Parts: sequence; structure tokens; C-alpha cells
Amino acid sequence: MAKIKSLEELKQLREQFKSKVDLREKGDKMEKMIQIRVAMATCGIAAGARDVMNALVDEVSAQKLDNVVISQTGCMGYCYAEPTVEVTIPGKEPVVFGEVDKEKVKEIIEKYVKNGELLDGIIPVTHKTVDE
Amino acid sequence: MSDIKVTIDGKQVVVPKGSTILQAAQKVGIHIPTLCHLDLHDIKMVNKAASCRICVVEVEGRRNLAPACATPVFDGMVVKTNTVRVLNARKVVLELLLSDHPKDCLICPKSGNCELQELAETFGLREVRFKDAKQSTYRKDYSTTIIRDMDKCIMCRRCETMCNEVQTVGALSGINRGFNAVVATSFEVNLEDSVCTHCGQCVAVCPVGALSEKDYTWDVVEALADPDKVVVVQTAPAVRAALGEEFGMEPGTLVTGKMVAALRRLGFDYVFDTDFAADLTIMEEGTELLDRIKRFLDGDKTVKLPILTSCCPGWVNFFESQFPELLDVPSTAKSPQQMFGAIAKSYYAEKLGIPREKMVVVSVMPCLAKKYEASRDEFAVNGNPDVDISISTRELAHLIKKANIEFKDLEDEDFDKPLGESTGAGVIFGTTGGVIEAATRTAYELFTGKPLEKVEFEQLRGMEGVRTATVKMGDLDLNIGIAHGLGNARKLLEEIKNGNPRNFHAIEIMACPGGCIGGGGQPYHHGNIEILKKRAEAIYREDANKPIRKSHENPAIKELYDTYLGHPMSERAHKLLHTKYTPKERV
Amino acid sequence: MSKYKMHVLVCGGTGCLSSNSSQIVDNIKKYLKENGMENDVQVLKTGCFGFCEKGPIVKILPDNTFYVQVKPEDAEIIVKEHLVKGRKVERLLYKEPLTNKSIEDSKHMDFYKKQMRVALRNCGFIDPDNIDEYIARDGYQALGKALTEMTPETVIEEVKKSGLRGRGGGGFPTGLKWEFAHKNKADQKYVVCNADEGDPGAFMDRSILEGDPHSVVEAMAICGYAIGANKGLVYIRAEYPLAIQRLRNAIKSAREYGLLGKDILGTGFDFDIEIKYGAGAFVCGEETALIHSMEGGRGEPTTKPPFPAESGFWGKPTNVNNVETFANIPVILLKGADWFSSIGTEKSKGTKVFALAGKINNVGLIEVPMGTTLREVIFDIGGGIKNGKKFKAVQTGGPSGGCLTEKDLDTPIDFDNLLAKGSMMGSGGMIVMDEDDCMPSVAKFYLEFTEDESCGKCTPCRVGTKRLSEILTKITEGKGTMEDLQTLKTLSQTIKDTALCGLGQTAPNPVLSTIETFWDEYVAHVKEHRCPAGQCTALLQYKILEEKCIGCTACSRVCPVGAISGKVKSTHVIDQDKCIKCGACYDKCKFSAIVRQ
Repeated sequence: MAKIKSLEELKQLREQFKSKVDLREKGDKMEKMIQIRVAMATCGIAAGARDVMNALVDEVSAQKLDNVVISQTGCMGYCYAEPTVEVTIPGKEPVVFGEVDKEKVKEIIEKYVKNGELLDGIIPVTHKTVDE
Repeated sequence: MSDIKVTIDGKQVVVPKGSTILQAAQKVGIHIPTLCHLDLHDIKMVNKAASCRICVVEVEGRRNLAPACATPVFDGMVVKTNTVRVLNARKVVLELLLSDHPKDCLICPKSGNCELQELAETFGLREVRFKDAKQSTYRKDYSTTIIRDMDKCIMCRRCETMCNEVQTVGALSGINRGFNAVVATSFEVNLEDSVCTHCGQCVAVCPVGALSEKDYTWDVVEALADPDKVVVVQTAPAVRAALGEEFGMEPGTLVTGKMVAALRRLGFDYVFDTDFAADLTIMEEGTELLDRIKRFLDGDKTVKLPILTSCCPGWVNFFESQFPELLDVPSTAKSPQQMFGAIAKSYYAEKLGIPREKMVVVSVMPCLAKKYEASRDEFAVNGNPDVDISISTRELAHLIKKANIEFKDLEDEDFDKPLGESTGAGVIFGTTGGVIEAATRTAYELFTGKPLEKVEFEQLRGMEGVRTATVKMGDLDLNIGIAHGLGNARKLLEEIKNGNPRNFHAIEIMACPGGCIGGGGQPYHHGNIEILKKRAEAIYREDANKPIRKSHENPAIKELYDTYLGHPMSERAHKLLHTKYTPKERV
Repeated sequence: MSKYKMHVLVCGGTGCLSSNSSQIVDNIKKYLKENGMENDVQVLKTGCFGFCEKGPIVKILPDNTFYVQVKPEDAEIIVKEHLVKGRKVERLLYKEPLTNKSIEDSKHMDFYKKQMRVALRNCGFIDPDNIDEYIARDGYQALGKALTEMTPETVIEEVKKSGLRGRGGGGFPTGLKWEFAHKNKADQKYVVCNADEGDPGAFMDRSILEGDPHSVVEAMAICGYAIGANKGLVYIRAEYPLAIQRLRNAIKSAREYGLLGKDILGTGFDFDIEIKYGAGAFVCGEETALIHSMEGGRGEPTTKPPFPAESGFWGKPTNVNNVETFANIPVILLKGADWFSSIGTEKSKGTKVFALAGKINNVGLIEVPMGTTLREVIFDIGGGIKNGKKFKAVQTGGPSGGCLTEKDLDTPIDFDNLLAKGSMMGSGGMIVMDEDDCMPSVAKFYLEFTEDESCGKCTPCRVGTKRLSEILTKITEGKGTMEDLQTLKTLSQTIKDTALCGLGQTAPNPVLSTIETFWDEYVAHVKEHRCPAGQCTALLQYKILEEKCIGCTACSRVCPVGAISGKVKSTHVIDQDKCIKCGACYDKCKFSAIVRQ
């Protein structure tokens, strides 16, 4: 990685990365990817988030889904429903699924990721986040 | 420094910035009770743990109560030291302390000297409301010199401050949490196996009975009662300047004559003086110093300078465990206690025509480390120690009281001869700077061959932690360093390790602040450091009143050399009066 | 993509389930089928909406219609009116309490404004191990702004103006703290991040470090610039391995990007961060104890003054802030002090993260603006009490906080209000208790914690907390006296008044905040040897109801100590002196003839 030498460079970098991260809000044409995030804080991991992550990766590769990106993130705050997984289909509001296990992973991939079909166990988002 | 106005209990007081509420209160004669607090500013020890919370006071505008000992004043501060809120808080805190303290005051070694007992008395406490309360306990730890009864510890941390900050020994520190918190050694080893130097300063500052000396008075009683034994006693210089305090006499009262009389009443067969051995030490150590200097001046590269005094056993323990690489620097001369023991059980036993096993040598010392020193293997012949029993000044006082002797009314008596004969040089061993002054008196005359015009070397006296002076001996400028308190000693040792840039020729080191007068076996000073100064004055007074003030002029010493040892550093002298040091692995 | 045109989301949270929300699902499905729409509308059971007071909740997508207090019999009208004809059912819509106006789109409901994520803004959103994602979310822009457009003084001014107060418990104004450290001149200064989160049940600092470590790294660098320090230290408990790993990673990538190290962003400012590990002693959250621990000494506090800002790490001016406090800093610089101070109450600005735990439905981490009431937090966001039990108290501020009750529920949460009510903000733990919780036992539980975690330095904390917990144990065993209750009060007051550090000073709060409010409960334990909540085992009594016992002898056979006697087909009796209260008879009896009191 090259060092960032000025605030200008940092700002450029931000614009470059922004499109990647904010794709679910912006619906970037370049990357019509479905994003799946697994809450991987200590609490999530203790509740089995690592297994869920692995199951997701396995399932996505087994089904040869090339429009899905899986990544980790921190605690979403829904401790009562760990492990939690957030799926963002481009152009749609992110959906959070709670108490996800291997079975549920299959269901999420099968129904929501592949067909956009909602399923039981959605955790309604109950907060707003500050943003620019 | 700018001055600050404070109002305490309605009284106005102006104090310098940085003063504590406690200091400001003292200035207007308000006595706020304290327990953990200890300010020995002359030796730079201030225990500022502020942990006991006895000294809490009300400060206007502050939410909770403030510890007077650790709260700096600010301009316009209004303090109340005796409101019902304060009195109630203090009472509850004291009850809490007592609820976790054994109630065996009647048989506690600190009874009558206990600051917690005194507080309870001051408060007029008649009941502790916490009944059937659990007490924190910890195993008892007996070393050769010190008993640690941590059940009695009130966590004031004075011992820790003394051991770690003043002495820089680092044997004690707080471990465990909450109710089980206790002051202990590293890895909770026995004190005996720790870096403890047995200096006993922790005992000197402990407000309660958690730390006390191992008491050997009963061994003395039994030896005295044994008709088959010849019991000989030696008394260290600093004892005579402090023993009177135990009998209600003014600090600084010299009780040499009464002490000798009391010892005779107790039944000792011969009452001798460690001062005699101090003179002997000067002969050996002084000769060694001159020898090293002469060789050094002659260009001998193998010679180690400076020479360090070795009469303090706490100090010997310190460098054996903390500076094993410098073991060839200190003088090889034994301490006066051990020289006395060696001479008593050889020269004097032969004189009496008894085997050494028949003789019991008791030493009365201001020191606890002497108990350890006396027990060292190298100071015994076939398992028979040169010094059998070493008791402290405090223990001697107890012994006298136990024997129904009215100390104050005793007529003065003189030491027995020959081992009771001594000079002023021997006496001043008892205070910081004294050993080196005594050595200089002799070394000067031996080196220059001229008599001293003035025997007092004022430049070597004082209470400063580290002192240096240069004494002109003919064409030689003798550079002298003096340190008392092991923390100060460490500073000089580090300097020597780094190549002795100030070119010291001789350094005197005493483990205890103030030297032996402030030893761990002396009557408790309870934080009043003025007492140490008065004891030092008494020592110098005794020196001034002695007809002979230079060790090499002591007739008994001359006779000893003439008839027995030959000359200083002779083969026999070496065998009896010198020792060697071994590194000690300690935690 | 989806074959369904509409979705019906029915809350399947514990609260709504107990109000029969499963029946709603079944009914809706039934009416959909009747109308032949089962393939157009999907009915789903969701997790808790966090609005249990108004439950059961039904939400229709895509138009975001939010129905409250829906009954199973309402399913018909929802299907027939809304799903078939597209007409909203006015009477089931949520009405804003103030205006009494119906809200059609749930996005306009106040409820969704209740949680506001500032400190947690990136948690659960970005990949914490990817610095690029942080940068994309304006990461390090605040540092860049500070270094290029602001002087240390203006940074401090901005933080002061924002009104941000320490989130670790003390609530000391952060800007002032920075200013003290800034003003003390020294050749070396330090910025310390206190990540020694120790309150049981509180884990916001861990979550931030695990979910958004860069926000802390960036804030520490900003603080370093403001106070004139080029060295940062994070004191983190070794029990947080994942947080440590993510933080380490964050520091590493920040270094690689030159956002830590020498000459940051070409401005000549140097700053780097080192991680120091703690062993998880609660008291090391106290800043002086933390510093002693970092220096390798015993983790115990010393009297302030001197404050760390004058003499901290190795005697140098040191600024210690907690993780959550730091996490707020970049946003404040970017969005401005005015924006930040517009959130919250007069004296407590911004938001606060709380960890909800105990007898509450939605256990979890939430972030709300200061001034939100306890009722909103517990009943709206937290989803109310588990199993429909009655709310009894909420313990805020961790083990040394106080218990707040029904009468305090409408108090807006901020530093000063909580303090005035005898509790405190602490680091933001909130433990909810219901009618089954015995208050003397609760107080005892917390006292045992502080007793264990006391460093043992000062008398009131070392011995005092021990005595408090001893007396509480006596009381919960029915052996207390009225005199003990008096001692409990006096001792608590003294500990609060005389202890050396915050741990001791606040340790008696669980007693002080319950003994007045729940005096009767304490007295019941003492005078009647009875635990009204039925929680104190020592005080429980098992009794056999004469009218229900048929004399089957099952209980006497199962009793391990032979405490039950009685002939076949006649009423049995429990000998209370022999009974060890194991409850075996209670479980065995098929006739509910045995009661526990």
C-alpha cells in the first residue's frame, strides 16, 4: 500500500472507495453485486457467526453465484438474535436476518438471494445512522 | 512560592502553595488524626497512600470528604475538621479497620506502641458494630529477624514505601485484591528467601503489630540462668543514646552508665562494649584503606577503589543480593559485632581459660539485621556462633522491665575491662558519618605520621542522604562519600559501577536512615524524626567526653595486637576479623 | 425477481407472540387463500420490531404501512381492505401521541428516530478489517481537516463547544480535559485510550473496537494533535482478543497508509499508537489505576490531584479517554460542534450507547440521543419485559450504579439526571429487573462484585464493601436485624463519602438506591423472614395445601431428607426444620398441592 501524502489524496481515495461500499444505496452499475455481511463481533462469533460465514461461502460457491460478495462486519446490536446476517440486494433496503444457522443460510440463499423472496426471521432495523 | 489563604474550623491560615490540608491544620494547632500518613521529610520519606481515610475532612463545595494528608489546599478553601459528618465517617472507618483486626492487643508486640490502639483510645470507641465479621488472614512468616503477621496489617503501605522508595530493596508490595489484599514478598516467598536485607525499617514504621522483630529475650534469660555458662554482653554505640526513651526519658539522654548497671543486675558475667570492637574495626579497615591507597598511588592497577565500609549488615545483605558484581569493593573487615564475638570466643575465652562452647556472647544492637548477621554460617566455629544471641534496644528494655529493675534510679557504672575499653572514635560508629570520621582520625595519623590538631571532622557530619567531603591528608586529597539509607547507597553504587567519576577513595554506607541511631531495633520514633537528631547529638557528646578519641590509641586494642594478633591484617587478624562476600540469589 | 407483489410482516417477537401474533399469521394466510392471493402476498414472521407496547405489529410492504395492536380477528379486514382493495385500515394505524395523527408510512414514525447511531455509525456496516471501507465512510477526513485547517486550539474549542462528556462513566467534559493536557507543557505527552471495559454486561467499547477500530485510531491521532502528544496508548483487557486483533490490524493498515507514523498527510505531525494489555481488573478502568498498570505497577488508584493531565504515564501529561468518547470525535469535527450539541439535553450532548440486559426482550446494544426516557429505552426499543412480567427496576451504570424504578421511567436519561436519582450513567450498562427479582439479593449481587474487584487500597472499599455484602447476605438468609438495616445505611453513606476512587465511592449505590424505595422488601426479609419476590432460597417455604393433597405419597417418597410425613390417602405435611428446600416434592406433585412461598 502506498502512503497517503495529503488530504487531497485521501479525498480522492474516499471517492474511489465510496462507490464500492455504498453500492447498495447508489446501485452502482459497475457492480450489481449482492452484498452479504455477517456480524462478526465476539458476541456473534460466540453465537456461531463463524459457522454461518463458512456456510455462506460454501453455499455461494456450491451454487456458483458470482454476483454475491460476502464480508464481515462488527456488531449490529441485535444480541438477542445472533448470529445476524445482512443482505443487500442492489436497489433495495438492506434486510437483516436473525438467528441464522446452516439451514437458514440455505434458505436465505435459495429464497432471498436468488429470488428476492423474503422469508421468516427478518430483524426490523430500528435505528438511523448519522451520515453525510 | 505564592501563599494560599485557607480557613480551617474558622481559623485563618496562610500556607505555601502545594501544602496539604494536614500541614495547614498543624500550623494553626488543629490536630487531625492520621494513621497511614507518615512524613519523615528529613529522610525524604513521605507515605502518601491516603489509604486509611481516617484523616477525612469536609471541604466546602466538595461532594465527598477529602483526605487531609493528601489534599492540596487552594486559595479560599474552607475546611471543617470536626463536623458530625466527619466524626461519623471517621468512626465508621475506624470500626471497619478494627472489624478486620485481631483483638489480641494484650499480647501484641506493639501493645502500647500501636497507633491503631491509640486512635481507638482517642476516639473513645467502646463497640464495633460489625459483629461476627470475617477477618482477612494470611500465613505468618518468620524470618531470622522479622515476624510478619499480616492478619494485623491495616494496608497503610508504609512498609512498602520504606522498602521500595527509601531503601529501594523492593522486598514488599501489595498483592491480591479487595478484602484479601495484603502486603507480601514477590511470588509470596518467605521473607527469608526474598531480597529483604533485614534492615528492619519496615518494622520501624509499621503503625501496628503486623511487622515486629523476632524476640530473643527469653533465650537471654535462659542463658543467664545456666550456671555452666559464662555470659558476656556487648552493647552497640547507638543503644546508649536511645534506650532511655523506653523508660520515659527525654530523647537524646545518654544512659551508658545506667545501661551497664542494668546489664550487671540482669546477671551478665561481663559487660563489654561493642565500641571496643569498633576501634578494632578501624584498625583493620583503616589499614586496609591505607594499603589500597598506597598500592593505588604506586600504580597497582588491580587495586579497587573506593573502599566501602562493611560494618552494617543490612548493607552487606543489600550488595550481596543487588550488586553481586561489586563484591570485591567493600572492605573485608567484619562488623564490630562479629569482631567482638570472634575476639571474645578466642582471645578472651583463652584468657579466662574456658572453651568457647562455655561462653555465650549476647549483643545488644539498635539493629535487626544483626540477628541475621549473627546467624551466618561463616561466623561460627564448628557450629558454635561467635555471637550467640542478638537482641535489639527494645528487647533489652523489655528484659530490664521484666527483671523488676528501676532503670531511672540506677547509679552509673563502668564497662568491664579489657573488652569494655573504647575511644570516642568507637562511639560515633552509631551515627551516619561516624565510621568514616573514626577511620579518618586514625588513617590521617598513620598516613601522615603527624598528630591531628582537631579530631572532629565536621564536614562529615549531618543528615543529608548523600554527603561528600575531601579531607587533606598531607599531599593526598582523600575523597569521601557518605550515604545512609539504602536508596542513597544505591545512587553511590551506580556511580561506582559507572567508573567512579568523582574519584572517591572511601565511602561509608549505613542501611538505615540516620545510621544506627535510626536502626530497626531502636525505640519507635512514631514519625518524629527530631528524635533521630537528638540521638546523633548524644553520640557526638559521648565522643567529646571521652578521654581518648582515636581508635589506635585505645590501650586495650594495643594490648590485643601486642599480645595476640600481632599487627593489623596479620594472618591471625585475617582469620578472626575478616570475611568474604558471596552473591545471593534472591527474589 | 420476486414472485410476490406484497409482503406482510408479522412481529414474531416474544411480546407479540404472547399477544397471539401466530394466530394473526394463520388468519391472514387463511383469508389470502380464500381470496386466491396466496401466491401474490407473502406472509412472514419477523424478529421483534421493538415496539411491544403497541404490539402485535403488522407491517405491509412495499408501502410501509404499520399496523399496531392487531388482533387475530383483524386479519380479515387487513386482507379484504388493504391487500385486496388497497385501502389502509385507518383504525389500526399508529397514531402519534402528541398530534393524534395517524401515520401511514412507518418511516415517519417518531419511533424510528429514537435510536440514532453516532458512535456506532460504522458498526455492523463496514468491514472493520478493511481500511478502505472506513475511508469510504469519510474515515480520516476529520484528522485531515484538523491537521490542515485547524490549530490544536481550534480543535479543542470545537470539542468543548460540542459539549461532549466522557462516556466511560465520569462524564467529565472532554474538551476541558484536552485543554488541561494541552496547557501542561512537557517534552513528552501521551494520549491514552481506556478500553478496559469492566462493567458486567456492558460491551459497547468492545463492539466499537471490533466493528470500527479506525474511528478510535483516528480520534486518538486528533487528540494527539490537539494536546501536543505524538504517542498514543490503548489499554485494553487481554480478554478481548478479537478487539485486539482488529485494532492491531487497524493500526497496521493506518501505518501503511501513512495515517499513523511520521509526517501524517504531509503536515509534519507525527503520531503512533501502541497497545498495552490489562488483565481485566475492574479498577483499572479508573484512570490513575490504569496508568499504574500500564507502567507495570499494581493496578490501584492514587489520589487526584495530581490529575493525569499534569502527571500521568511516567509522570508526563496524559489524556485518558474512553473508547466510545473517542468514537464520537471524528463525527464532531466533520459535522461540527453545533450539529452535535443539537442532539441531547442541555448539559449532556450527543448520543449514548447502552447495553440492554436482564429481563428485557431485546437484549442488545442500542444508541439513543441523550434525553431519551428510560421508558422509551426499555419498552419501545428494548421491547419491554420478558414473559409479560411486571417491570420492577432498572440498574444503570454498571455494578456501582443505582436501581431506578417505575417512578423514574419518564426521566430523560442524561448524566445529571441519573446522578440526581442516585444512579449514574457509568459506561452504559442497563440491567432490567422484573417482579421476580429480589432487591436485597440484587444489591448483594452487585456488592459481591465490587467487593471482589476492589483493589484493597483504602479502608472503606476494602473492608466496607465486605461488611456490606456480609450484612446483605445475613438479610437474604433471614438472619438480619433492624439494626443491620440501619448499619447498612450508615456504612453505605460513609463508604460513598470516604472511599479513595470512583469504584469505592459508587459501590454502595445498589444499596442506597434500593433501601429507601424497597424498604418494605428489606423489612419483610428481616421481620417476617420472607422474600416477597420468592428468590431467596434460604427463606423459601414449601407447603402442602390440605384441600389439594390426595395423599398419593409421591412427595414423601421423593423427599431426600425425609421431611414429608403423612399416611396414604390423607394430607401430607412438610417438617420445615428438616426441609432443605430442594424443590423435588414441588416438581413431583401432580396435583399442584405443593406451593412455594
